[in-house]
Amino acid sequence: MSRLEMTHLDKSFGALKVTDDVSLTIEPGEIHAIIGPNGAGKTTLVAQLSGQLAPDSGRITLDGRDITRATMPERVHLGLARSFQITQVLPSFTVLENVALSVQAREGSSFRFFAPVAGETALNTAALKALAEAGLDERADLPASALSHGEHRRLELAMALATDPRTLLLDEPLAGVGGEDADAFITRLMGMKGRFTMLLIEHDMDAVFRLADRVSVLVYGRIIATGTPEEIRSDPQVRAAYLGEEEEAEA
Amino acid sequence: MAETTVSAAPHRTPAIAPRVKAAAVLFVLFALVPPVVTALGDPFLVLVATRILAYAIAALALDLILGYGAMVSFGHAAYLGFGTYAVAILSSYGVNDLFLQMLGAILVSAVFAFVTGAISLRTRGVYFIMITLAFGQMAFFFFISLSAYGGDDGYGLSNRSTIFGSDMLENDVTLFYVTLALLIALFALCHRIVSSRFGRVLTGIRENATRMEAIGYAPFRYQLTAFVISGCMTSVAGVLLANQAEFVSPAFMSWHRSGELIVMVVLGGIGTLTGAIGGAVAALLLEEFLGMVTDHWQLWFGLFLVLMVLFSPRGITGLVEQIGRRKR
Amino acid sequence: MTNLFVLQLLNGVQLGVLLFLIAAGLTLVFGIMDVVNLAHGVLYMVGAYFVATFAAWTGSFWWGLLLMLPAAVAVGLILELVVIRRLYTRSHLDQVLATFGLVMMANETVKIVWGVSPLSVPMPELLSGSVPLMGPLQYPVYRIAIIVAGLGVAAGLFLMVNYTRIGMLLRAGATNRAMVSALGIDIGKLFAVVFTLGAVLACLAGALIAPILSVDTGMGESVLILTFVVVVIGGIGSIKGAFLGAILVAVVDTLGGVFGPILLREVLDPAAAGQAGRMLAPMLVYILMAVILFAKPAGLFGGRA
Repeated sequence: MSRLEMTHLDKSFGALKVTDDVSLTIEPGEIHAIIGPNGAGKTTLVAQLSGQLAPDSGRITLDGRDITRATMPERVHLGLARSFQITQVLPSFTVLENVALSVQAREGSSFRFFAPVAGETALNTAALKALAEAGLDERADLPASALSHGEHRRLELAMALATDPRTLLLDEPLAGVGGEDADAFITRLMGMKGRFTMLLIEHDMDAVFRLADRVSVLVYGRIIATGTPEEIRSDPQVRAAYLGEEEEAEA
Repeated sequence: MAETTVSAAPHRTPAIAPRVKAAAVLFVLFALVPPVVTALGDPFLVLVATRILAYAIAALALDLILGYGAMVSFGHAAYLGFGTYAVAILSSYGVNDLFLQMLGAILVSAVFAFVTGAISLRTRGVYFIMITLAFGQMAFFFFISLSAYGGDDGYGLSNRSTIFGSDMLENDVTLFYVTLALLIALFALCHRIVSSRFGRVLTGIRENATRMEAIGYAPFRYQLTAFVISGCMTSVAGVLLANQAEFVSPAFMSWHRSGELIVMVVLGGIGTLTGAIGGAVAALLLEEFLGMVTDHWQLWFGLFLVLMVLFSPRGITGLVEQIGRRKR
Repeated sequence: MTNLFVLQLLNGVQLGVLLFLIAAGLTLVFGIMDVVNLAHGVLYMVGAYFVATFAAWTGSFWWGLLLMLPAAVAVGLILELVVIRRLYTRSHLDQVLATFGLVMMANETVKIVWGVSPLSVPMPELLSGSVPLMGPLQYPVYRIAIIVAGLGVAAGLFLMVNYTRIGMLLRAGATNRAMVSALGIDIGKLFAVVFTLGAVLACLAGALIAPILSVDTGMGESVLILTFVVVVIGGIGSIKGAFLGAILVAVVDTLGGVFGPILLREVLDPAAAGQAGRMLAPMLVYILMAVILFAKPAGLFGGRA
């Protein structure tokens, strides 16, 4: 479990400010959800935290260590894993192979040229464990391209889990997942609570309010409020900017 | 966890895959070439076959990065050149041993591949193709300006390489079998590499580099390593070609040659290793055949390439992917 | 020494202007359509053969040049329509293979139609001879004419790219293809126009150089790779980059060949300097490319890497 801290993060694309002076601390073991309307800059923020994009200014630290300039793979080795909003898997690899690659990244060298990797029991065992946690172990031998959308989302999670993270960035893990699948997914994440720090980007308000210890609201790249789910629910500013619309629509 | 339906080991039976079987059949057929052509009264065909095997090694090496690493190197003929000139230059200094010459070729190739690969791999797609092409051309011009070794005109070798002091390679059939043995050994090596930890990472980067970074791999170092391995292996083909032709010239490293290597790999199906060998055989036999029936074989070979790309629904690469997927 | 330098500098600029004509089309084709076109050097060769043929028919270089233009347009359009158009959505590997096939076909076809012996194109009367430059220094009028013509075309292109609607689309397309489609432009037509424009420029370069070079089948090859270096150095899709890259590459290539050995003589004995110079000179542009790419992987003016 790590403490993930951002200080005065700024990022612009041309004249468009997508991250505007974001300062936020995710406490160890906390599930922190970031909500906000489409185009609020949530994915861009995850991209900066994971190292896919560099912020224009500001600092990101992990347990006090400055990782602002660290590359994506370097951050993974510091225990910061992520899942993608749009599924990113290796389609022609089997599900197990996808996850075994995650395990291999943290365990031992990948500069081994002779021994067949498919026979490495340790890699496969650890991969199956991560798959079981994501509820996908029964599909281990299928090619990833054969999975359904909901299963792809679980594979995303399994690949992140298999890197043995201390902090997990989940970018809309429930995107496109509905009904029982979503329910089961939320339950699974609940079960992992306390094992690592989690930053959760999510549109599904039900999931957010069930899972999150704290919630931050991002609008036009700015954090307009941070608090417990109850505080956020009752914050008039948030209701006006964001939640209000949905509740009106429901009413 | 104990109740999982899949056992963790050994995952995916290491039975001999169909592709390896196909390669084994090819190797057996190759081994039959010398007795057959001698019986037919065309023993000079052994040399033609040796040339094909040497190119098969080069195609195999290129497939390692093109097929498994999605790196379209258009400068691989340079490594053929390093191999051929390693023979010429070292033998002029009295170093005739085949393996020492290979070692020399491999060392030079490793350095060249490391430096040019490190620069080329900072870029993607179109840039990568053009930059490897340009570096290949740089090597080409370097050897053209080597006037001590004939420059543009090339340089005839006074003798073939020796093996532990023996001049057994002067015999065409022995040279053929040595080449075949190296091809088999390098095929086995490549097969091990693509099934290893390293190979899985390399293939993963081909499939989705962003995903690989997100689970902790820095693609550059794996791609560069593969690039260097491939360059070194190609130079071994060059050493054999110099012995086959008993002549070296910059023509071995013209950019057309690089293009032909790519054609060989693609013809046989990229990312299959066996396909690269089959492709080399097919491309060179097609060349020989067209050369026999027409003075303008290049016209027809070119037309063949264009039509092949235009009339396969998703292109040659797409075709191969489709077939690959169906097999799964 | 100064005279030699000025002379070689002018030669370099002349080569640079030619390289620019070829590279301008290529960089747009790469940048806007994302197509690897190995057959671009073929167009340069074809331009030279056209002007040789037409000049022989009409007995005049000028008529030859004039007739070359519609022929070049036709070649560009046909090539785009029959082959290149089908490659836009294909992988780079497919593009490499198809255009490599085109190179083989074109070289062989040229041999069949025009034979293997080089052709020569007579120098137009008006531009033959030399003019005094400074002191005893003379320079061929024709080469000056090439520089002027090339700079004229460059200026024209610059105006077109920066001040016309099609130029605006080209610039937009080179940096953001989706934007051009979003503007409701017929992409197919735009691509055909760009490709044909590039083809005509390459043919023009071949036609212009024909009177001072022997016209043969290999001429497209060496130029193609130099042009690649130019495009890569300048940054894919950038006309400005292509211009500066072309001049830089050509001047380094020309001056390096002459002054490299002279400079090396300062540090090496003459024989070694001569040998080293001869070996290094042809590699200079590639070393230049390596250095520039090491510092800027996307080239001097490239947006995307």
